[in-house]
Amino acid sequence: MARKVNLRIWRGDSNSGSLQNVEVDANEGEVVLDVIHRVQATQMGDLAVRWNCKAGKCGSCSMEINGKPRLACMTRMSSFEEGEEITVTPLRAFPVIKDLVTDVSFNYKKALEIPAYEHPADLGPGEARMEQIDVERSQEFRKCIECFLCQDTCHVIRDHEENKKSFAGPRFFIRVAELDMHPLDMLKNRKRTAQEEHGLGMCNITKCCTEVCPEHIRITDNAIIPMKERVVDVKYDPARWLGSKIRRREG
Amino acid sequence: MSGVFSPGRAEIKERTLRTDKWWLQPLATFGVLFSFVIYATFRAFEGAYYYADHLISPFYSPCLSEACVPEAVIGGFAPVSAQIFNFPLSPALIILIFPLGFRMTCYYYRKAYYRAFWMSPPACAVAEPHKKYTGETRQPLILQNAHRWFFYAGLVFNVILTYDAIISFKNKEGEWGHMSVGSLVLVFSTTMLWLYSLSCHTCRHTIGGRLKHFSKHPVRYKAWTTISKLNHSHALFAWISLFAVAFADIYVRQVAAGHWTNFYFF
Repeated sequence: MARKVNLRIWRGDSNSGSLQNVEVDANEGEVVLDVIHRVQATQMGDLAVRWNCKAGKCGSCSMEINGKPRLACMTRMSSFEEGEEITVTPLRAFPVIKDLVTDVSFNYKKALEIPAYEHPADLGPGEARMEQIDVERSQEFRKCIECFLCQDTCHVIRDHEENKKSFAGPRFFIRVAELDMHPLDMLKNRKRTAQEEHGLGMCNITKCCTEVCPEHIRITDNAIIPMKERVVDVKYDPARWLGSKIRRREG
Repeated sequence: MSGVFSPGRAEIKERTLRTDKWWLQPLATFGVLFSFVIYATFRAFEGAYYYADHLISPFYSPCLSEACVPEAVIGGFAPVSAQIFNFPLSPALIILIFPLGFRMTCYYYRKAYYRAFWMSPPACAVAEPHKKYTGETRQPLILQNAHRWFFYAGLVFNVILTYDAIISFKNKEGEWGHMSVGSLVLVFSTTMLWLYSLSCHTCRHTIGGRLKHFSKHPVRYKAWTTISKLNHSHALFAWISLFAVAFADIYVRQVAAGHWTNFYFF
């Protein structure tokens, strides 16, 4: 059964914009993206919205719904109270292009800065062998759909534009962690570059990235904090540093 | 203008458009932690009512000062002067830096107090009030990296507090095999402290998290798996242990001051 809902949708571009009120039908079982599409089809033909899979797997329809970074396709209309006004805005950490579409190219630039996996020199193609327990930690991070909600909510760049040049953000800390925990990755200085070049030390672990992740990746507990501890091993723990020099090995 | 008001970003005048009670959690955290700090400061300076009937307050254990009541000193080891620059030195002040440092640098408490006290940020997607932010890259916050040293110290304290809990199974005459409400209070407080310490992220890292090849270290992998399960509840243990320690101190204080009677079950 359809019900009327009141939406406030941000419309504009990088120069100016405002929230515009609209009343629209919402049917049982629908999500916010369905309702936005109805607005687009019936009232705002030029409303810009990025979307693709409508199944929470492509990460395209990231936006802020009632101030929270969410995927519009995974936010059920039934999660709102009867008569509750729903405010939909673009991601507020990135430059806006038009309406609900933002320019997330910052993330692609950061992705390029992460050194790639380095294969052991003595292993040819097809010769790598790993046990499941050695790779399962990294597999959690491979669930990332690159919706960039974690990047959007991270106050280090959301509230401080000037930090963007020196801070990679939670999405790329899980990438660094994935590689550093990879049993065959041979690159040695990943921990130091995480701290010195990608800005791991800027993170004050307030866990907002974990709270918004639609894939429920435990970004802070399983990637950022373990990486911070690994950085302590090589930079701030003289006993550990000495031990590694004497024994000359890594777990 | 910076942050969410930076040029090029969507022009929205509100610092946040969240409609839920996002302020409730940091406010409650602030209230509880601030109350604890006030109480702990008062107790640390009080220097009295920390021992009664084989019960010693966790705020005062180990009691290392010459000023300690003899029964509260383990093995007669009290090497610290009772005064400093002619001012009386409470035994609690000698040791509190260790549990305090452990909690201050704890990854969970960092989240809690950065949000509640420093509003950095007050809540997710709520703009923080600060113009500059450097995180934990400079002094003094770079000292958060010393968490593991406080963790090691915390383990030593846990062993001592376990000894205190065992001693509490004596009656007033010093005979073993008796149990009072105070015994239960100390056992509960110590158990929570162990769970808080063992569920710690540094513990998880030390036990096995730093390894690259779990398959080469099956015992450490098993231990890491167990610690990881505990780690899920680290925040819960952080709060329960805080309340448990505070209550243990309150209980011992009230018994020592004669306000409460320590009831013996047998």
